Amino acid sequence: MSIKEILTYPDSRLKQESSEIEKFDALLQSIIQDLEDTMAEGPGAVGIAAPQIGYPIRSVIVDVSSRKKIKHHGHLVLINPEITEWHGLKTGREGCLSVPDFTGNVVRAEKIKLNAYNQLGESMNFEMEGYEARAVQHEIDHLDGLLFLDRLVSRKNDLFKRKNYK
Amino acid sequence: MSNWYMLTLVGADKPGIVANITKTLYEADCNLGEASMNRLGGNFTVMVMINTEHSENAVKEKLALPCKDQELHFHIDKIEGKLHNHHVPDISIIVSGADHAGIVAQVTNALYDAGLDILDLNSDVAGSEDKPIYICQIDGQAQDGIKALEAAIIPLREKGIDISLREIETMVG
Repeated sequence: MSIKEILTYPDSRLKQESSEIEKFDALLQSIIQDLEDTMAEGPGAVGIAAPQIGYPIRSVIVDVSSRKKIKHHGHLVLINPEITEWHGLKTGREGCLSVPDFTGNVVRAEKIKLNAYNQLGESMNFEMEGYEARAVQHEIDHLDGLLFLDRLVSRKNDLFKRKNYK
Repeated sequence: MSNWYMLTLVGADKPGIVANITKTLYEADCNLGEASMNRLGGNFTVMVMINTEHSENAVKEKLALPCKDQELHFHIDKIEGKLHNHHVPDISIIVSGADHAGIVAQVTNALYDAGLDILDLNSDVAGSEDKPIYICQIDGQAQDGIKALEAAIIPLREKGIDISLREIETMVG
């Protein structure tokens, strides 16, 4: 068990693309345990990605089960996650363990279909929506070297004003 | 010893004001903190935190000429520069309707009494000159819970004010 330091922006390692995981070996299990331990220490985080603690591999944990009245799939360890379908768009507020003291509005797909492996290498498929779908998209962005800062939208104008058309 | 000041600038809006003033501040050894610029009714407005070793009078001297050239009024207040202490809103409120006097006062007083701490407020007068409409977006923290605010808006709605509440749940990943 070990709690790792969470890398914070502008650490260049957060901007790297992470590699596909090919071996579901003891090293992977130990990295996942580090992720679990570090996320448990985070202030209210519902997800964490391996590159946030310095491992550039495609592994994330998402667990939104602490949130009330939402659909979710419980505690998820997702290896090589891949979103195969996106439906709808919704603006929501996000923060990040790697960007302390800042929250902002981000547009994400409202519903997604997701393929991934669990930590034993078994294939899994999910249909997700809302808060859980947002968390997964946020974490997968980390694997592609993206932060929510890269996707910020106006914090004022989520009411879209009609233009005058003639 | 470095000092924090809040600089407020107001004037007719035109391109280049921000670039000009920030260059002046940079050359006057002033570091910028947080800032908020808005265009209100065609006017340029900005409030910007500045941090400097210089005195208030020295900063005023540096700004006097560029602000005169840009036809800007400026004002400086000494402040405490409390950075890294953002409050995260948990409620968003939208108020709209035909524009008439007193909407903001009625809404904000009713919501304050129900525990709302306003963190961010932006309002626009849209529509047309003969039919102006008022749109206001407020983000804040519901100190006494969302239900207290929901109860507080019922009488406002009965007075004909369109008002809606939306819970903001911030996802931290």
